[in-house]
Amino acid sequence: MPDQTGLEALAQQLSEALAGSVLATSHAHGRAEIQIAPEQNVAVLAWLRAQGYSFLASLHGVDYYPHEPRLGVIYELLDMRNVDRVSVKARVSTDEPSIASVLELWPGADFPEREVYDMFGVRFDGHPDLRRILMPEDYEGHPQRRDFPVGGEPVLFTYNETDGYGADR
Amino acid sequence: MSALSDYRRREESITMSSEPVGMGETHELLTLNIGPHHPATHGVLRLIATLEGEVVRDIKPIIGYVHTGIEKTAEQKSYWKAIPVVERMDYLSYYFNAMAYCGAVETLLGIEVPPRAQYLRIIHLELNRIMSHLVWLGTSALDLGAMSMFWYCFRERETILDLFEMSSGQRMHTRYFQVGGVIEDIPAGFARNVQRFIDEMPSRADQYADLLEKNEILLSRLRDTCVLDEQTLLGWGVTGPLLRAAGNPWDLRKAAPYSSYDHFDFRIPVGTVGDNYDRFRVRHAELYESTKIIQQALNGLPEGPHIVEDRKVALPPRHELATSMESLIHHFKLVTEGFRVPEGECYYPIESPRGELGCFVRADGSAKPARVHMRDPSFVNLQATAPMVKDAYIADLIATLAMVDPVLGGVDR
Repeated sequence: MPDQTGLEALAQQLSEALAGSVLATSHAHGRAEIQIAPEQNVAVLAWLRAQGYSFLASLHGVDYYPHEPRLGVIYELLDMRNVDRVSVKARVSTDEPSIASVLELWPGADFPEREVYDMFGVRFDGHPDLRRILMPEDYEGHPQRRDFPVGGEPVLFTYNETDGYGADR
Repeated sequence: MSALSDYRRREESITMSSEPVGMGETHELLTLNIGPHHPATHGVLRLIATLEGEVVRDIKPIIGYVHTGIEKTAEQKSYWKAIPVVERMDYLSYYFNAMAYCGAVETLLGIEVPPRAQYLRIIHLELNRIMSHLVWLGTSALDLGAMSMFWYCFRERETILDLFEMSSGQRMHTRYFQVGGVIEDIPAGFARNVQRFIDEMPSRADQYADLLEKNEILLSRLRDTCVLDEQTLLGWGVTGPLLRAAGNPWDLRKAAPYSSYDHFDFRIPVGTVGDNYDRFRVRHAELYESTKIIQQALNGLPEGPHIVEDRKVALPPRHELATSMESLIHHFKLVTEGFRVPEGECYYPIESPRGELGCFVRADGSAKPARVHMRDPSFVNLQATAPMVKDAYIADLIATLAMVDPVLGGVDR
């Protein structure tokens, strides 16, 4: 990862190229992170890709409950030539959880974006096939959110098959 | 030339260009459901394949059948109690899951793992890599019709599982890696048994090669099938042996060494074309390289503690509990509450047998992780199956799926 100065320089260049895109930077635990404005995510990632961070290593969601905006979408970018990593984070609120899809940059973002949608309810605009991927199609709620309860799943037996989750199928 | 190229020539004489659909009975598209319970899908994977005759035009993987909410479960456990849970994701490379998770937590805590623990980790990681590749080789050969390979591979795998049992008491999901090191030092006789195994392993790998390399069925089903070039693979996020088979020597053990991988002399096998045969050869060659790493780690195993001395993180030795009040308190606090990790986020990538396994951990200052995410290579690599098998035969789809080597426990988590 770039060091503290390198990260600041990168963020500076980024905010010069795309005004208002950088919200904050952080450099801790060997991880350089740029927090960006969610509406500019495709432009920022395309810019970083052109800078050499051309491999999308990981895309995942985080719930920052109780902090606002609650949800975070994190892109871990990798520069294979210089063995350099940078993380890009976009925060969206649970009221309007939507962000543009980066499928046009990396087709491999398909499954991860569907996973974040499934688990956190973030809608990826422009994703052609945004369906649940790990949970059942008729599942309600987004289980990785911090306020989603654990252990509340009723198990269907013969005696309760007429009520409860999935009974109307 | 040989009968092999004859077969390929006959195959190539068949036109695979797309033709208008719905022009009569011969040009009909058939949707075929494969799985979720099918031996060739290597787990509970369902594929919706669109076929035109015998040619695959599109596949849609449907996953989630073994989703068990491990990431959610890990948020309910204290840090060290989450280790056995994350180990169960990719059930063939449990040491790697534990390594990625422990590495992330150690980075957040700022712990330096003792050298002996790092070497012990490497011995187990590389044994695990061999074990994972053996399962892949046995089951893949089974898919391609070579049944005896399965027994040979599982014979060697059994030896490795015995070694795991010797060091940790468990054959699978060993929970051997702890935050800060490993749970116990290796027992007497372990080094001798590992030595016996790695003396034997290269000749065993030679035997596998002898059995498969000259097998015409295997060669004709693997060579020049389902090629995908390096740039496309990178776009799909593919890492590991699949990427190396296409000629990109990206391996995190070399590129960004963790756990003292930079102390060892080993090579990264790469392919040239990126077909199924290269994928097979790269993994097979990795068996030898892992053996070399284990040999060096065993020879150079440093003396010293097997886990950090920091009592706030690692359990005190058992014998101290009878004599030291302070140790008893530490033990009690660790077992009941666990240790607290300062706020922060960490992404810790390692090279698993299938590619980049990255563990993202967010700590909120409490004794439980606020978020654990595993970037599992199987999950990402599985997407690349569709572009690989497009316009290939359905038989090549089965071979490709075997060579992609997805572990559905890792895909679904």
